Amino acid sequence: MGAEYIPVLLLGALAFAFAVFSVTLATLTGPKRYNRAKRDAYECGIDPTPQPMGGGHFSIKYYLTAMLFIIFDIEIVFLYPWAVSFGLMGVFALVEVILFIVTVFCVYLFVWRRGGLEWD
Amino acid sequence: MNELIASVFETPVINYRQLSPILIILGAAVISVLVEAFVPRANRRVVQLVLVFLALITAIIWAVTGAGQQAITGEGAIAVDGPGTFLQITILIVSVFVAMLMAENRLDPAGDAFTARANSLPGSEDEREYTNRGWTTTELWPLFLFSVGGMLLFVVANDLLILFVALEVMSLPLYLMAAIARRRRLLSQEAAMKYFLLGAFGSAFFLYGSAMAYGFAGSIRLGDIANAISALPGPNGLIIAAVALLSVGMFFKIAAVPFHMWAPDVYVGAPSPVTAFMASCVKIAGVGVLLRVMYVAFSGLAWDWRPLFWIVSIVTMLVATILALTQTDIKRMLAYSSISHAGFLLIAVIALNPQGIASTLIYLVVYATATVGAFGIVTLVRGPSGEATHLSQWAGLGKRSPLVAGGFAILLLSFAGIPLTAGFIGKFTVFGAGIAGGATPVVIVGAVASMIAAFFYVRVIVLMFFTDPAEDGPTVVTPSPFTGIAISVSVILTVIFGIFPQPLIELAEKASIFIR
Repeated sequence: MGAEYIPVLLLGALAFAFAVFSVTLATLTGPKRYNRAKRDAYECGIDPTPQPMGGGHFSIKYYLTAMLFIIFDIEIVFLYPWAVSFGLMGVFALVEVILFIVTVFCVYLFVWRRGGLEWD
Repeated sequence: MNELIASVFETPVINYRQLSPILIILGAAVISVLVEAFVPRANRRVVQLVLVFLALITAIIWAVTGAGQQAITGEGAIAVDGPGTFLQITILIVSVFVAMLMAENRLDPAGDAFTARANSLPGSEDEREYTNRGWTTTELWPLFLFSVGGMLLFVVANDLLILFVALEVMSLPLYLMAAIARRRRLLSQEAAMKYFLLGAFGSAFFLYGSAMAYGFAGSIRLGDIANAISALPGPNGLIIAAVALLSVGMFFKIAAVPFHMWAPDVYVGAPSPVTAFMASCVKIAGVGVLLRVMYVAFSGLAWDWRPLFWIVSIVTMLVATILALTQTDIKRMLAYSSISHAGFLLIAVIALNPQGIASTLIYLVVYATATVGAFGIVTLVRGPSGEATHLSQWAGLGKRSPLVAGGFAILLLSFAGIPLTAGFIGKFTVFGAGIAGGATPVVIVGAVASMIAAFFYVRVIVLMFFTDPAEDGPTVVTPSPFTGIAISVSVILTVIFGIFPQPLIELAEKASIFIR
């Protein structure tokens, strides 16, 4: 009991060591030409923490869109394995997947009718 | 073609007849979402109400006619057995009365108990405008149905993964439902936030425990875990950790001390009908699952988890009772009372015998019946700014409206466990099971706690009947038939179960065997 977990521990130690190693190595050997873009947390896209008070809130629309994306993303995640092994599972899986798609479609209808897809 | 895919696919056997109550409610929830999408706002409330009551009653009929046919289905993931069916029917019937409280729209001059537009800033011009237009949050109904569906699945789930999915289907809608009170918006939003954070915290414990149990047994089925435990040669840290984490996750859901911190704030902030739902149905589902997991999966480890449960049960009963004594808000007092009932229910879990199952079922029925009525009455007593929940405002209520105060007195006596009310039967059977299961010290603490508890319940009764009403005190508003029926049935059943408990006891005893 316990011996079979040693590979997991080793993997964890390896991951930790790699993280420390690569960050240290980059600091030691990399070129150091700092400019404004270089000091940003992300080099492209919107600033994650905008500066002025009152002017820096994210619109909730971003989150709505992100959540919608996740819903349909998850749908695809389930559809791929089903499509690959469709021949094996036959009618049962077909019915289940149709039920699943119909349910997600109901969500889509709700979002569409209640204005979730309109930006303004 | 691919070695990773098994070459033979066996179609799983699914007993749709046994699952029909769950499928009906969840199907209705999806239709309810479509109603939200396509029915004009003016008609939504009516259409939703018809749909909800139709779905609940159909599900009850299917569950009752199908009762007695036991089945392990869905490849062992779901066990529809006696306790499962009993709890499903209880949850469905209690939900009907909770739905009646939610449907009430005559108490508040502005409409029902739910805000016009949840995303308006509280107290803003925007919010007033939509209130004047007569808007209300009809999204409540799909959320309610999803939550009920989750509970129905929760009490019959036979593996840890389905348990977790059902737990989330039950909880996620509740977080939103807590946030949509019409009055005292900020308090309601705060309650929802607290409930969400603490609920997620509890779920994380549960999930971590599931992972440990899987690591130990190599299976997530409760029966397989029990087999792995009985094959165990000696103590094993992994499964002890799993039991501890799973218990903590479930203690959060049933609000047992020391995991009860969220309950008073959430019960006070949420709209009262939703509080009634949380205090009754969630407690039924949570305790039902705790019972199943402990009896089916972990009964072989009873020597390890019983001491923990002894402590939690004793601390829950004592702390909740003593804190309830100091409360000045009626909803907060009922919240602490609800926490103390979790402690009494734990005695039956500790008992670990068939009586323990039967007495839990009985206790849950009588407790949920009284709870729905009590929170229903809380919605009736109103001042100019909504419900008047401060205890001092309830002074002299018995002189102004003896009927409502009388009903409330009966429900409080039932909570206290006074003979000739249903609560006595619940406490009596639970204590009996506890003594039979060798937990006599816990039962003695329980008896002491119920004596202390009787004091604060009786204090409210004295306040209502033997003090003079304040000049500018609240009024008791006459409700629509919805709330009227829900409260009357709750009070009448509390008396009937108290005087003629035999049918309920027999039914519970017949239902008291888990299959795995």
